Amino acid sequence: MDVFFQTLVSGILKGGLYSLIGIGMTLIMGVMGIINLAHGQLMMVAMYVTFVCFHYLGIDPYITLFISMPTLFLLGMLIQKYTLNPLMEVDSILPENQVLMTVGVGMVLTEIARLIFTSDYKSVNTSYSGATFYIGEISFSVALTIAFFIAVLFTLFMFWFLIKTDLGRSIRATAQDKDAALLMGVNSKRITIITFGLGSALVAAAGTLLMPIYYLFPDIGGPFTRKAFVITILGGLGSTVGAIFGGITLGLAEAFGATYIGMAFDDMVGLLIFILVLLFLPGGFKRLTKI
Amino acid sequence: MKKFGPIILLIALLLFPLLVQDHYYQHLMILVLMWVVIGSGWNIIAGYTGQVSFGDAAFFGTGAYTAGLCMTKLGISPWWGMAFGGITAMAIAFPFGWICFRLRGAYFALATLALNEIMRHIATIWESVTDGMVGILILQTFVSKVPYYYIALTLAVVSVLSIQIIIGSRWGYYFVSIREDQDAAESLGIDTHYYKMISLNVAAFLTGMAGALYMNYMGFIDPEVVFSLHDISIMAILVGIVGGVGTIYGPVIGAFVMVAVHEFFRTGFFGFFKGLGAITGSDTITVFAKYVGHAHVLGFGILVVLVILLLPNGIVGDWKKITNSLSPFKRKEVVG
Repeated sequence: MDVFFQTLVSGILKGGLYSLIGIGMTLIMGVMGIINLAHGQLMMVAMYVTFVCFHYLGIDPYITLFISMPTLFLLGMLIQKYTLNPLMEVDSILPENQVLMTVGVGMVLTEIARLIFTSDYKSVNTSYSGATFYIGEISFSVALTIAFFIAVLFTLFMFWFLIKTDLGRSIRATAQDKDAALLMGVNSKRITIITFGLGSALVAAAGTLLMPIYYLFPDIGGPFTRKAFVITILGGLGSTVGAIFGGITLGLAEAFGATYIGMAFDDMVGLLIFILVLLFLPGGFKRLTKI
Repeated sequence: MKKFGPIILLIALLLFPLLVQDHYYQHLMILVLMWVVIGSGWNIIAGYTGQVSFGDAAFFGTGAYTAGLCMTKLGISPWWGMAFGGITAMAIAFPFGWICFRLRGAYFALATLALNEIMRHIATIWESVTDGMVGILILQTFVSKVPYYYIALTLAVVSVLSIQIIIGSRWGYYFVSIREDQDAAESLGIDTHYYKMISLNVAAFLTGMAGALYMNYMGFIDPEVVFSLHDISIMAILVGIVGGVGTIYGPVIGAFVMVAVHEFFRTGFFGFFKGLGAITGSDTITVFAKYVGHAHVLGFGILVVLVILLLPNGIVGDWKKITNSLSPFKRKEVVG
């Protein structure tokens, strides 16, 4: 039974971070209607920012949040402005050009990272990286618990931002109906740029929070992109609440898959869930909750 | 001229190994022909039917593994894989299409991406059959590259011709109508699910055959090579897009361009910078040449970005646009 609870706890803690990744993706998905296949790669960039700050400047990863998030916000805005937005005016036979473009952007980011940092594994070793505390028989990783609570904080902040602020309302309006939003005086092009920046900043937070307990190499983006789209599909595209549930479900599924089936199936569990959700619950959790 | 173009090209390709004895260029041409087959397969499902596939490697790898397993498990010649490879790829495509064609647009593209990953995991984990990450090593049948060249050429010609026949037939019109507007096609009485299945299976068959050819020619495969997202699936999309989406000869041109560009970056502009560094004795250029070689995937990625931005309909599709912008003195035609 202890094993069961231990798996449950680690699944939920990991799920919190996954939610943060998923919310960024789902925001972009909702507003632009495209699947950002460079999401994991943006996270990789944030992780390298964290690594550089820690290794060369000696800045604690949690303080690096204030550096990595603005950096990625800017990077995301630039990507949207100069690669994705021009595509809206280009007419082509295939509408999936934007998705393909994000794949290209992801490749470029990965290779630039490889050129600068080589393919070696890097990690950030802080005093709390391996620290754990116990509640009863179950161990909690200190870094992962802190990360979980910061992720929850960011999620709550995101909700406040989307519901209460003017900009947040504009974003939601663009997501619901682009043309109508345009008619109401929302500069939808500017909104797409800001949204991509926000999505990138959120995934940057996830990357930085993960850094003390994870390792880093240029190709790490791919697996996280896959996780991100599994989460988004699970939660229902464009649904923020869904992304939280999706993230936690994926975290739990991976944890239980690794414990009870085998470590090698860790990645496959996510993909199986993905196909099953597409088959039996095409709208994701959004369809069940109607949020 | 336009009518005889393909015939002249075919004659040139038939004579190629007689005129060029260099093994390196023969190797490149075999790769080009293989990509013509894969590109044609991608073009029929994505370019004509409009169901963009991000997972061509799933079919390619299945074909390659079929050929490899013929040798290691059944003990028969891997050339049987050419016969079975396409069929096993279809055996993967059939249930996949049956299930996933209820998805549209980008969702279908994601499903193909997931199929690609799942196939790679299966090939990695199922060690008792596929030998996992060790891969499959077979002895090549021929020492010379010429037989492989003609086999690849036959396969390429057959695939281009079959695409031409299919697109000229009733099926072709159905495919295009599905691409343009699926609901309208459905309301006109076209069984869209059925015709998308046909399109996907033709694509899978061609791609699987190309995979089997790859196994026979290269003699070594492992899951990371044949189920690679970047080197196979994305490359297939690029061959399709660079050449021209929804054109018969697009993949032919796309394959030439992409293999050339790929080699161009991989060899550091065909050793240009290396030679320049050696001649001038400048260390900076030699170091730069080393970086260019390392960064060949980066160049490839930048190319993806540029192609989508500037040539979304490919060289064949945007031919008018290219000739217009290249001839400043000619009266500008309005491209509409």
